[in-house]
Amino acid sequence: MLHARARVLRAVAVGAVLALVLAACGSSKKESSGGSSNKIVKIGFIAPISGDLSALGLGMKNSVDLAIKQANAKNKVKGWTIQLAAEDDTAKADVGAQAATKLSSDAAVVGVVGTLNSSVAQQVTPILDTAHIVQISPANTNDTLTRGENFKTSPARPHPNYFRVATLDSLQGAFAADYVYKTAGIKSAATINDKKTYGQGLTEQFTKQFTADGGKITDAETINPGDKDFGAVLSKIKPTNPGMIFYGGEYPEASLISSQAKTAGLKVPLMGGDGIYDKTYISVAGAAGEGDLATSVGAPAESLDTAKQFITDYSAAKYTDAFSAYGALSYDAANIIIDAIAKTIGGKSVTLNDQVRQDIIKAVQATDRQGATGSLKFDAYGDTLSKVLTVYKVESGAWKSVKVGEFGK
Amino acid sequence: MTQFVQQLVNGTVLGATYGLIALGYTMVYGIIQLINFAHGEIFMVGAFAGLSVWKYALPDSLAHNGWVALPLVLVGAMLASVITAVVMERFAYRPLRHAPRLAPLITAIGVSIFLQEAMRLNYPNGRRQQAFPRLISSGTFTAGGVTIPWVSVFVVVTAVGLMIALQTFVRRSKTGKAMRATSQDPDTARLMGIDTDRIIVITFILGAALAGVAGVMQGMRFAQIDFRIGFIAGLKAFTAAVLGGIGNIAGAVLGGFLLGIVEALATQYVPQGSAWKDVWAFVVLILVLVFRPQGLLHERVART
Repeated sequence: MLHARARVLRAVAVGAVLALVLAACGSSKKESSGGSSNKIVKIGFIAPISGDLSALGLGMKNSVDLAIKQANAKNKVKGWTIQLAAEDDTAKADVGAQAATKLSSDAAVVGVVGTLNSSVAQQVTPILDTAHIVQISPANTNDTLTRGENFKTSPARPHPNYFRVATLDSLQGAFAADYVYKTAGIKSAATINDKKTYGQGLTEQFTKQFTADGGKITDAETINPGDKDFGAVLSKIKPTNPGMIFYGGEYPEASLISSQAKTAGLKVPLMGGDGIYDKTYISVAGAAGEGDLATSVGAPAESLDTAKQFITDYSAAKYTDAFSAYGALSYDAANIIIDAIAKTIGGKSVTLNDQVRQDIIKAVQATDRQGATGSLKFDAYGDTLSKVLTVYKVESGAWKSVKVGEFGK
Repeated sequence: MTQFVQQLVNGTVLGATYGLIALGYTMVYGIIQLINFAHGEIFMVGAFAGLSVWKYALPDSLAHNGWVALPLVLVGAMLASVITAVVMERFAYRPLRHAPRLAPLITAIGVSIFLQEAMRLNYPNGRRQQAFPRLISSGTFTAGGVTIPWVSVFVVVTAVGLMIALQTFVRRSKTGKAMRATSQDPDTARLMGIDTDRIIVITFILGAALAGVAGVMQGMRFAQIDFRIGFIAGLKAFTAAVLGGIGNIAGAVLGGFLLGIVEALATQYVPQGSAWKDVWAFVVLILVLVFRPQGLLHERVART
């Protein structure tokens, strides 16, 4: 009896292991590349494609995937087939560093699109820099990434391989503060941030401009990413009677803070940066999210003529996830890298060595083209020359743009 | 003063969920000295099952009637949690009953990761946050300047009710007596004609049912769940169980409330408290363990 039972258990265990192995094989199946005579060049991708921030990350990944598929279909890089090497950083810096190490050990990887989080970029960029792999982030907004620790007084570019098509926090936070104080007429705010590079930087920039405008910060609090219960911190803020809450961080916490604030009787709008500008924010915050505000980089993709083709192509490709806040920017970032690759190795049969990678970095620096989000050009720090920002407001369950412009204009 | 009371209320609500999950840890530990790290995932499975009942099983006409929907969601959550726990006990823990203690502990961590990943990969859109229905009024009432959401009242009343029911069950019923006997000395209990395997399963079932209820409560309070909620909740509940004296039912409840209240008060009264609240919660744990290594109330389930 006992033996029989042990045998059954063993059979079950073996079955389970087999099932897992099969599942693993099934999911690692690669798409077959078009021309077999073509050599392979890879574009890496690092962003959260699982976990809380996957809504943003998957939109980015699909957009890069779309750009690569189009390039292959048009045979943009002659003699080469581009492949996507997507890595999941789960929004954590250490996981991102592992992903970067993995990509930089692959000789076929010549460029990387990513990351979503500034905190992850701080770890990823130095690793890619050592391997001379160009990196373009569609989403990092922290100032130090392109201008170093002393970006206010003596900016210095820390990594020549790093570029971004997203606008800086110093502009975004200030743009938000100006909108709130001058346009919306809100004169006091309580701030909360999640202590991550992005959240803290954005909150500092908002606070600086808001107080310079004459606004009053009634309370400044910090929370932990991953927290669910904000009852205590909101109870602390409530007696200070702020006209709004400014949150530096991302939508998983922001949506909870918004709904819990309203439940706690703190019926003021919550405002955040591009990290909360996502549909998930609205679906989770529900009715409590009405009237909440967010700034995001660039002009709304839906309003741009240049982005229309991208939106049509994206929906034609039938991805299960929306392109989200950074889709159009990711698409542009991927296309910049593809162009640089085409310029450097198109039609040539070369080995992908450091010289080629350096040339690709130079080609990216020299970019001057129109993309889905408008004109794409980099300054000496690797920052985009486009400084357009948009304020969005939740109105009847959707983000509506209420102000498009540049800071100070 | 109002602030103090408000934070006390916040802490109590937080503590009620911790306590409810902590009961599952403490009972299983009391009976087989296993720290079931997969218990947090049982809680997560309960939350997802409750959501599924609401989303897929209930017709629209009933889904918005809290009086009908809430009990059905709770039953669905408890059922799924219980089934998961029973299967887990049967296939992951029972074969290791007489193995060295480290083996089931590591198995528990494995089960925990398995359940998380299974939910992430198999639930429709499982890697995203899922919006959870409020089920009952999302409104609040004010008493002496203190704002209290109705959901919180429901959470605390249900949790305390279940805790009392559990305590009575373990103390008064025949099965409860058998549980206490198994906890005290499994071999002698078996000699006395107690089917200890059955008692252990019942212990898992009770803990899982409570965790299932806690899962639905968490969903209702925050209006969202995701596949990782079990990890943090489990960690906090485990801390609560240790704080109260692991193996002790009243201790788990006490530990849960204490932990919740410390977190809330730290947020209010310590500078940068909200970011450091976990630190203060663990400082309390360390202090208790230094001065009372057995926890606040140390008795096994045996003597409840």
